[in-house]
Amino acid sequence: MKTTYREALNQALKEEMRRDDRVFLIGEDVAYYQGAFKVSKGFLEEFGSSRVVDTPITELGFTGLAIGAAMAGLRPVVEVMTFNFALLAMDQVVNNAAKIRYMSGGQLSVPIVIRGPGSAARQLGAQHSQSLEAWFCHVPGLKVVAPATPFDAKGLIKSAIRDENPVIFLEAQLLYPVQGEVGDDDYTIPLGVAEVKRPGTDVTLIAYSKMLLVALEAAGKLAQEGIQAEVIDPRTLRPLDLATLATSAKKTGKVVIVEEGSRRAIKFLSIWRLSTLSVSGRSAGQVFVIARSETTKQSHETKDEIAAFPVVARNDTIRHIRRIGGE
Amino acid sequence: MERAHLLHLYTQMLLIRRFEERTAEMYALGKIGGFCHLYIGEEAVAVGAVDALRPDDYVFSAYRDHGHCLARGSDPKRVMAELFGRSTGLCKGKGGSMHLVDAERRFMGGYAIVGGHLPLAAGVAFAVKYRGGDQVVLCFFGEGAVPSGACHETLNLAALWGLPVLFLCENNRYGMGTPVERAVALYADVAQNAAAYGIEAGRVDGMEVLAVREAVGKALEQVRTRKRPYFLEAVTYRFLGHSMADPAHGHYRTKAEVDEAKKRDPLLLLRTRMLGERLATEADFKRIEQEVAQIVREAVEFADASPAPPVTALEDDVYA
Repeated sequence: MKTTYREALNQALKEEMRRDDRVFLIGEDVAYYQGAFKVSKGFLEEFGSSRVVDTPITELGFTGLAIGAAMAGLRPVVEVMTFNFALLAMDQVVNNAAKIRYMSGGQLSVPIVIRGPGSAARQLGAQHSQSLEAWFCHVPGLKVVAPATPFDAKGLIKSAIRDENPVIFLEAQLLYPVQGEVGDDDYTIPLGVAEVKRPGTDVTLIAYSKMLLVALEAAGKLAQEGIQAEVIDPRTLRPLDLATLATSAKKTGKVVIVEEGSRRAIKFLSIWRLSTLSVSGRSAGQVFVIARSETTKQSHETKDEIAAFPVVARNDTIRHIRRIGGE
Repeated sequence: MERAHLLHLYTQMLLIRRFEERTAEMYALGKIGGFCHLYIGEEAVAVGAVDALRPDDYVFSAYRDHGHCLARGSDPKRVMAELFGRSTGLCKGKGGSMHLVDAERRFMGGYAIVGGHLPLAAGVAFAVKYRGGDQVVLCFFGEGAVPSGACHETLNLAALWGLPVLFLCENNRYGMGTPVERAVALYADVAQNAAAYGIEAGRVDGMEVLAVREAVGKALEQVRTRKRPYFLEAVTYRFLGHSMADPAHGHYRTKAEVDEAKKRDPLLLLRTRMLGERLATEADFKRIEQEVAQIVREAVEFADASPAPPVTALEDDVYA
């Protein structure tokens, strides 16, 4: 069945809430407004206001509250309207959610999912156009997931909800309307498993979330020029399936990471470890990064955004890959 | 209150006092390291408040948490072993002084980011309400947490959603070295901060264990039956420094002030009262002193004889 990324999440969350009455959704405008991006459309009607909880605009307070609810055995799904606002809850995520299991010697558990759109969309200005996954990936105790397709979004959010650990689940505003095939059945996709999205032999493209679409489009164009790019989506950024990435790197000897975060932030993601990794004695070869420009001031002018973020329309994206892949 | 119950409260307070004194000694000997905050002077608050709870209620504390944990009935041996960082500690040596947890007794932990545990307490209360239970959450925190955003966001949510939390503010006058009047706008009546959210609020003498027991008992009854939060300010005093790193008095308060406060030592107040009302004799207190000394001695011996966690346990419990 073909559906949108938004609808896939809607279905998966509904199915999980029907399956397990400990699961509840909490966040700003998730109930009556049906979600800022309509992911929770129809939830209030089906589950009622005790399980679909509108909050005041207080990320610290309601994220912390949800962590406490998880400690007491519930399985909260926190919707942050965008991850920019999750920064207000950073202390709760880093010092409480991520550490309570460890500090208690395993006595307490925090099975929580914190989800919402990360990264840039269009013309939203500097405070709404950032990719913060490197921050979250830096914290032991958190898992970080960033699906690119409706199929993956559905399977991964289910695994995230059933996981005993706190999971940061990064969606993307520009992905919500994107269509794709989604299974009708109750399937899950394990966290920490990458997928080869397009096989190839000449160069490895690693991309997650909406950069996967950029990488696949680039791979299609490169194929017309005789360059066979292998495209891999890690899907989960922590724990990272380095083995699958390394296998491809070993095969092609050339890796291009297409990443929407700032150019320096990529170094905090484990993907960068590929640059020093040797597989069965053979180096993964050179690793190149195509990332966001270092500017932190995103203009709201569209042409400047095209200059700042990796998009296929920008000629140098494909030129970079062509140069690396064709070497 | 019956004689046996009063003696029990006295014993609990004395246990905390002597435990903390030995903790200071062990710290000086290098057996305990890191940040360590003692509860001496404030015993009546933890003991009086926890005494009013049911076993299935929940308790949260901040970083000065040894007293609350012991008052909740945790094994002093395992508490001391945790302070020593040993594998037999409550948290296998992974929590330490500021992060004691005893889930079996629903002691949900000590937290060391000021104000950061208040939302957690509200969250446990949310879960209680979600399931239709009648447990309550007792959340201790210092007056230093009151001006924090975490505190105000939590008070608003708890009032808004009718969450069964007793917010118990231990006003010991100082957030480290800053007195309450230089930190909290409504310092003269700290509970007014909660009244602003429509939360019923009260104030109690935190040096009188019986006053605390009565005030908390009444407050909990309201929280449990009316399903509304309550904010209680317990006015108390810390006899020692903020942590093991500073003296009892120094630049921020005088020796005369500390000495004056010690005249209202919670142990002394209860003891004087019981002797005056002929509810106990000097022989009773001598016996309790010996019993407590034995418990604390055994706690230190147990901790000292326990092994450190193996290096292989370093990454245990980071993930499930």
